[in-house]
Amino acid sequence: MEFSLASIADSIDQWLNAHCASWLALTIEFVIVGVLCIGLFAVLGLVLIMMERKVSAYMQLRLGPNRVGPKGMFQTVADTLKLLVKEGLTPAGADKFLFNLAPFVVMIASMLVLAPIAFAKDFVIWDVNIGVLYVSAVSSIGVIGILMAGWASNNKYSLLGAMRSGAQIVSYELSAGLSILTIVIFSQDMSISSIINSQQDGWWIFKGHIPVIISFVIFIIAVTAETNRAPFDLAEAESELTAGFHTEYSGMKFALFFLAEYVNIFIVCAIGATLYLGGWMPLHIGNWEAFNHIMDYIPSSVWFLGKTFFLIFVIMWFRWTFPRLRIDQLLNLEWKYLLPISMFNLLLATLVAIQGWYF
Amino acid sequence: MGPASLLVLIMAAVAFSTAGILLSKVVLKASKNPVKGEPYECGVPTIGQNWVQFNVGYYLFALIFLIFDVELIFLYPWAVSVQRLGMFAFTEAVIFLFILFMGFLYAHKKGALKWM
Repeated sequence: MEFSLASIADSIDQWLNAHCASWLALTIEFVIVGVLCIGLFAVLGLVLIMMERKVSAYMQLRLGPNRVGPKGMFQTVADTLKLLVKEGLTPAGADKFLFNLAPFVVMIASMLVLAPIAFAKDFVIWDVNIGVLYVSAVSSIGVIGILMAGWASNNKYSLLGAMRSGAQIVSYELSAGLSILTIVIFSQDMSISSIINSQQDGWWIFKGHIPVIISFVIFIIAVTAETNRAPFDLAEAESELTAGFHTEYSGMKFALFFLAEYVNIFIVCAIGATLYLGGWMPLHIGNWEAFNHIMDYIPSSVWFLGKTFFLIFVIMWFRWTFPRLRIDQLLNLEWKYLLPISMFNLLLATLVAIQGWYF
Repeated sequence: MGPASLLVLIMAAVAFSTAGILLSKVVLKASKNPVKGEPYECGVPTIGQNWVQFNVGYYLFALIFLIFDVELIFLYPWAVSVQRLGMFAFTEAVIFLFILFMGFLYAHKKGALKWM
């Protein structure tokens, strides 16, 4: 039997149902899902921060962290331990309730988006039939947490950083949403599983002609801005706002914001990989039977993670390629270029889809 | 696993965050000092209120965002069925987007999209 996450999940489900009452089995399964999600968060935090530092280092001809563990692999673990023993300060004039609530809101928002993401073939927490709508709706809850944090901190830097973040995230959400719509038009369904199934004979980026390529580029730009990454990181531009909305946060509360930020990068890249690069679908080329067979041997989870991490790498690459934008340039880029382009692109995509000009 | 999984995810997020914060409270030995509570402003004492006024431009952007976000919500069901409905639905979308685009041009002309 070949390795697949779905068969492991199925056999656990069967074993549990055979050995305990169905309500107990369900409860245990829920606990397993919760623990797995927490584990995914922790591992993603460690891996992505390490990756970020290594990628940055190699792009600048440095070595990066290389002391803790082999090749510096345990640097993030050490950093987490350091953050754990730091004091979580609450500023004297802060709105204590909102200040403490904000990290929870951000974490809940990024945890909830995990639900419809297909990590491997038939390996989804909840395959909701409005998948992409759900993703774009829930992922925008995070901005409330950011505004909350900035406002409650009783700090000018935080307030300005939060306002900038808010303006930026809501602006770029529009073009990200319009790019997602392009794929919905082509695949005629909003659920993640049927979007992936529609890419069986080729990923949308190959099948969909020019409109899909345009919308892919717009999507990548928009999600880079939505996750507050450089070159759109002016919400936390160190040189002018110290750290933006989390200036006053320290210790574990800061760590939660940091973790949520990196998990959000993973999530948007996973969505991008699902919509444009076929999710867990292996790369198939026409009727090259032998090639397709070899590709099928690679487990679907590896395909999914490979594509996702490729997109994450691209987003990290941006950081060292483009200089940071000013706030007016940033808003201009969205409202004067990306939004009109993506609106026209949507119509173009519709025309292509209706006329059947895609493969 | 159905909608109940959302509850599980929320609980997982809350448990994870709470565990982290509580653990750091247990490990930590904090000292009290009134200076610690001051807002961080690079060592300079804060002048005036911290909840300052911010640019009204953010508000205008939020308003325009609202319009287009609602447009997006209207387009989702349209996008699912547009291939089945054919050119008729396409024409409708063109008219819909055209009206919105006129509004967008109006906002642009009024200077709502200009920063400061």
